[in-house]
Amino acid sequence: MWEKLQPYFLEEQRKGVLDVDASAPSTVLAHAPGWIDRDNEVIVGLQTDKPFRRAIFPAGGLRMVENGLEAAGFPADPAVHQAFTRYRKTRNDGVFDAYTSEIMRCRRSGIITGLPDSYGRGRIIGDYHRVALYGVNRLLEVKREERAQVDDMWPNDEVIRTREELAEQMRALVDLAEMGKRYGCEISRPAENAREAVQWTYLGYLGAIKEANGAAMSIGRISTFLDIYIERDLREGTLDEAGAQELIDQLVQKLRIVRFLRTPDYDALFSGDPYWATECVGGMTLDGRTMVTRTSYRMLHTLTNLGPAPEPNITVLWAKNLPDAFKRYCIKISRDTSSLQYENDDLMRPYWGDDYGIACCVSAMRLGKQMQFFGARVNLAKAMLYAINGGKDEVSGDQIAPQSAPITGDVLDFEEVMAKFDATMEWLARTYVHAMNCNHYMHDKYFYERLEMALHDRDILRTMAFGIAGLSVAADSLSAIKFAKVHVIRDDNGLAVDYRVEGDFPKFGNADSRVDDIAADLVSRFMAKLRKHPTYRNAVHTQSVLTITSNVVYGKATGNTPDGRRKGEPFAPGANPMHGRDDHGWLASCLSVARIPYADAQDGISYTVSVAPTLARRGAEETIDNAVRAFDMYFGQGGFHMNLNVLSKETLEDAMEHPEKYPQLTIRVSGYAVNFVRLTREQQLDVIHRTFHASY
Amino acid sequence: MSQDELGTVGSRFDLRAGKSPDAPDTAGYEGREATYGWVHSYETGSTVDGPGVRVMLFMSGCLLRCLYCHNPDTWHLKDGTKVDLAHAVRRLGDFAPALRAMGGGLTISGGEPLVQIGFTKGMFAAAKRLGLHTALDTSGFLGERADDDYLRHVDLVLLDIKSGDPEIYRKLTGVELEPTLRFARRLQAMGKKVWLRYVLVPGLTDDPGSIEPVARFVAPMENVEWVEILPFHQMGEFKWKSLGLEYKLADTSAPSDAQVRTALDIFRAAGCRAR
Repeated sequence: MWEKLQPYFLEEQRKGVLDVDASAPSTVLAHAPGWIDRDNEVIVGLQTDKPFRRAIFPAGGLRMVENGLEAAGFPADPAVHQAFTRYRKTRNDGVFDAYTSEIMRCRRSGIITGLPDSYGRGRIIGDYHRVALYGVNRLLEVKREERAQVDDMWPNDEVIRTREELAEQMRALVDLAEMGKRYGCEISRPAENAREAVQWTYLGYLGAIKEANGAAMSIGRISTFLDIYIERDLREGTLDEAGAQELIDQLVQKLRIVRFLRTPDYDALFSGDPYWATECVGGMTLDGRTMVTRTSYRMLHTLTNLGPAPEPNITVLWAKNLPDAFKRYCIKISRDTSSLQYENDDLMRPYWGDDYGIACCVSAMRLGKQMQFFGARVNLAKAMLYAINGGKDEVSGDQIAPQSAPITGDVLDFEEVMAKFDATMEWLARTYVHAMNCNHYMHDKYFYERLEMALHDRDILRTMAFGIAGLSVAADSLSAIKFAKVHVIRDDNGLAVDYRVEGDFPKFGNADSRVDDIAADLVSRFMAKLRKHPTYRNAVHTQSVLTITSNVVYGKATGNTPDGRRKGEPFAPGANPMHGRDDHGWLASCLSVARIPYADAQDGISYTVSVAPTLARRGAEETIDNAVRAFDMYFGQGGFHMNLNVLSKETLEDAMEHPEKYPQLTIRVSGYAVNFVRLTREQQLDVIHRTFHASY
Repeated sequence: MSQDELGTVGSRFDLRAGKSPDAPDTAGYEGREATYGWVHSYETGSTVDGPGVRVMLFMSGCLLRCLYCHNPDTWHLKDGTKVDLAHAVRRLGDFAPALRAMGGGLTISGGEPLVQIGFTKGMFAAAKRLGLHTALDTSGFLGERADDDYLRHVDLVLLDIKSGDPEIYRKLTGVELEPTLRFARRLQAMGKKVWLRYVLVPGLTDDPGSIEPVARFVAPMENVEWVEILPFHQMGEFKWKSLGLEYKLADTSAPSDAQVRTALDIFRAAGCRAR
């Protein structure tokens, strides 16, 4: 099976997008069943009728589809064009109808970037194992009951919307059962054995990715659930270990060939065709039992069987009390593949219980009981420059934030900058919540994820996930202003365009509380401002410190900063210290990041570490001992996330020059893994310029 | 420590005609009860300089002039930063919970930690109060300065013996081998744990004549837990250049795996636990 797919991967590497069905907008039933090798496929189901053939989702936005087609070299379909211009409105059209000119300015200047107004919002995780556990018929029954309960409620906006959504969810479930039939699977009833459990769960997921092209389409936390079926079959002798591994391998193969048609704009933000089929392994139950099972190992083992790969985005939920053997196995897989990320289960469990999944990179949510309104991020470093320039953009000179008195002194005063920065953040938070409300109102209205939501309870917790970029740049700049002397250099129009720093100052990433406290304060401060503004559907405000690969784009759009960073230079990714400034080793670096308060960043705090491969002098076992202790320490100190790369700079440099030698070289960036050779050159350079910690 | 005291053990004051005009102001610097010292730098997260994960403190000042020195910028006190002991202890305290959680501790290296005997003793004592493992990374040349009271605060000595041949040792370091051997015997008598380190430099210290005497010397020492071969590397070359010093090993390459194995075999054949 895996062999059969290899020619496609090679072809794709040469050509890019292999095929698109430009005429049939994707739904659960839009495409005939597709196969890779019908006789040998144990787990079946493709997004369209052929492998690597991408689908279109014009209800999200016609321009996105047509830009994507153009970039991939495929013609747009006139009938689709007519339908979504003349007869049907798209989500994008709705969003831009509701935006204000101020939001448009912010979007253009790059102070708010990556709003889900030009791609699917994603970050919703259907509780896919419900399909296997209950069967679709039972799910429909429950939806009917849920619908009946709201008949008596007075039809205000929310009640009417709920009734319509439930009706859509039920239609989606009927379609899902039909899709199963076409693949020869009777998913209206519960799964009866391991193969069916894997298959049913996957079909639930497949339905979701046929209905929505969300930026991140996580699969949840399925391996430990599937283990129950696998164990039973093993016990009854109807399955052997090779067969059990084969089920997981084939599931993972399916996840590795999921493809969406994206636009060049999207690729600039999130490079390398990611879609975040995030699967969580490990973690503990609320009553203290480990959730590690043999199938957790089988899931990790796919990276050995099939080689390293970015998808699925395997996320280890690290807890102090995880079995030691499992911790060690994870570290070994990281060392060999750089394909895993780690998140702090002991930190998340008190918030989200023991059945949460990770949407995208770092966003925890209770499965089937919670969803999020995703909202990209604001550029905090740029906001600080706006504060200095009276609301004008430091690159274009345009007035973006409301006009205020710019700072006119030659040397920046910390109190003065902080007061103005605070006021700018106040405005930015308000504008940001405003923009997000517009987005998600229209997404629900025109591009509702009916199948994913059918695999949720009716009454769910919604979060609205805001984000910040450039945290370390802003913190270091404020530190420079406070502890060194920062002279302002202005252009002919009086715009502050550069800074000269006199003296040294503490930098984020060295476990120095003088600057770490500034970073933590910025996170809490901005969160408090976001919380002031009501959200669409009363979503709970959350915030992430996460950039994915967009740190490059944010940096490009930002002028010189008072920390000495040059105009256009990339930001550090996520919550990372700026490249090369965390110069007292990884321990100091990770302790700084661990100080960012999760309570004010419940959507996650992303931290990526690159370490050089093990020194030969020491045994592998001792190195793993130290790594396990380092993880326990970091998470014990309150660290949230760890993207671990075990790679040398030289390997990456060689891969840039000779990509053909490294088709599977996988590297963790902020929150996901990516094929290194599929990054843009700028992003490759950014990765290489990051701090590599030598001794490990 | 007074200038005289430094003079007696062959410091740069010995090597130069007079006190350098840019020498640091040592007024009030009490050698044995220092309240401040000159620090080159510190680094967190090492896993190769003692057990567990370490904070590394690199002191300024060294009396040896090893040809392969990869930190020539630590030779002179004046090149360091003057740091209050209390400040350095506070800084170590910031890392102490993490270090304890990882079964690690403090390693003081340099430079030569025993040049600033008061400051480093203060640091080791503080580290012990913080519940940390302590390691002293030294050439042993100034071993006599570390009295029993000093060594009381040291859990492990990383002892560099650069060659077992006194002639080569002198050529390599500019000083005598004997004080280091004396220190090693003293550590043996005390039962102080030692990791013996041997820097393998092709053409300079890879000769069996250099290695074998060291191997025979340490083999019977039960306090020596490990013999570690450190392969020479060129990472220090840029420092020599930037200091305007003549670097004599520019053409020397790192030892091959086979050369490292040969050296390991010599130590193992003598009965050492080597890695």
